[in-house]
Amino acid sequence: MDWTALSVSLRLAAMTCLLLIPIGLWLGRTLARARFRGKALCEALVALPLVMPPTVLGFYLMMSFGRDAPFGAFWHRLTGEGLNFTFTGILLASLVASLPFAVQPIQRAFEAIPANLSEAAWCSGLSSWQTFLRIELPLVWPGVISALALTFAHTLGEFGVILMVGGAIDGETRTLSIAIYDRVQAFDETGAGIMSAMLLLVSFLTIGVVYGLTGRRRWRHV
Amino acid sequence: MSDWPGTSPASPGTGRLTVSLHQAGPIPLAADFTCERGELLALVGPSGSGKTTLLRAIAGLYRPAEGSIDCAGETWLDTAPGIVRRPQQRRVGVVFQDYALFPHLSARDNVKVALGHLEPGQRNACAEEWLGRMRLEGLAGRYPSQLSGGQRQRVALARALARDPRALLLDEPFSAVDQVTRRRLQRELALLREQIHIPILLVTHDLDEAVALADRICVLHGGRTLQTDVPERLFRQPASAEVARLLDRHNIFEGRIVEVEGQRRLEWGPWILQVAHGLEALAPEQRVAWYLPDSDVVLHRRDRPSRGERENPVTGRIGELVVLGGMTSLTLVFDHGPETLRFDISTHAARRNGLARGEWVQVSLLAGGIHLLPRTPQD
Repeated sequence: MDWTALSVSLRLAAMTCLLLIPIGLWLGRTLARARFRGKALCEALVALPLVMPPTVLGFYLMMSFGRDAPFGAFWHRLTGEGLNFTFTGILLASLVASLPFAVQPIQRAFEAIPANLSEAAWCSGLSSWQTFLRIELPLVWPGVISALALTFAHTLGEFGVILMVGGAIDGETRTLSIAIYDRVQAFDETGAGIMSAMLLLVSFLTIGVVYGLTGRRRWRHV
Repeated sequence: MSDWPGTSPASPGTGRLTVSLHQAGPIPLAADFTCERGELLALVGPSGSGKTTLLRAIAGLYRPAEGSIDCAGETWLDTAPGIVRRPQQRRVGVVFQDYALFPHLSARDNVKVALGHLEPGQRNACAEEWLGRMRLEGLAGRYPSQLSGGQRQRVALARALARDPRALLLDEPFSAVDQVTRRRLQRELALLREQIHIPILLVTHDLDEAVALADRICVLHGGRTLQTDVPERLFRQPASAEVARLLDRHNIFEGRIVEVEGQRRLEWGPWILQVAHGLEALAPEQRVAWYLPDSDVVLHRRDRPSRGERENPVTGRIGELVVLGGMTSLTLVFDHGPETLRFDISTHAARRNGLARGEWVQVSLLAGGIHLLPRTPQD
């Protein structure tokens, strides 16, 4: 059992969730509420990682993370570090790859809220922030939980993108999925089996805990 | 504990809501009206006449291009110097068409949301008291999905009033409930009015509802306020043929001013009609649109002459006879043109007179009811 790889996987999934949920809330709400030119293009861009082959996405990310590319160069100027073959690199790649899993459930949840609920809140004296925290967030909470579960599970299982961007550096970019692949390449089926079972268990527990969190919503059950 | 809104003593004239909004598009607006403290003003008009847009503009949810809104001495909007208060700063109570209750909050918490102006410790008791005033005792813990349509409306009203608003805006509040509940809620609103002394605007497309509840009615069409008046005057003296038609009035005709023996008269088809008011201002030969409330059409009894028989008698054939329970609607057609005269009589009177389609009848058009309109019906 490669505990280091498990720890990298869990750290990556947790941090992806932590960073992506606020982004998903902002982007999902904007896409659900705002009307602007190019909205369809934005939605298509958000959904793109869903339909792109992971290796292709990974390839483009790897290219843009290089120091010759504008983004890679910018990052290097900003932090003094590169992105390819680093944990930060696979985290950024994960953010891009999991973006639709975070945004879409939240966007659907915002779309399901009648627009006049926010207006009723403003007319009751709530500020925009209070309206978001007390009215909108509780109503989109099931969407947020779905986004959390999907993002976490997808990041744990991500293989192609991580491999392209991060390679398989022990303790840094070698996630459990990659470790399993390595074991199979080395004909260690027992090791691969144990780790696969572990990944299955962690995924199942995560989803179970997360769905348990949404709980029974009294107001939904008449 | 909050008092009933607007119960604090104030001199007459304070507390008035004054609205003047104008814009060319995208939703055309040309609206000017006032609503006094304690007055209920109904905004009526067909779908798309801008009623809800006006209400949203007053609440601060829609920003019109030009205009001003003042309420209780506060300027909520004045586009000239660029004053635009946000909905949170307007102290306005709004009951939305579908009530817009927060589905994840109990009735108590829905009301508590509007009690931000109180100390946190007072809010629970105040919310309970509001629910009690709306006869919702024992339902404070229920979620909106567990309440009936009428109960939801009362929670929405409690929430709107809990903020101690300076004006109450009701957007078709009775449209989402059944007929029986509607009657009951209308009665409750009429009773509630005795206790709240702020301007109340009621948006409705139901004329009967407007007449039953409102002190004055403002008729809207295409975002324009056409006439604001007490229901009696609105129905007897509409400002234009357009207003009469919007109020579902039928008897709009076109005549000509003539002079008979030195007296001005109204010529309509073969008849020369006396008119109580308004003829003096018009020149002979001028064409004029006129309107007659159906209450001022008197059917002559066939068996014996009736009072007023000599007043503007006209003869027509019954083109349509529709029995609607206790009342019968008659439409008379005339030989001189396509115009028809419609009025209601009691069904038993129609039977007693042996009325039927195709029969000739004589009616009097009461001179006091004939109202000369400033425009022709084609306008």
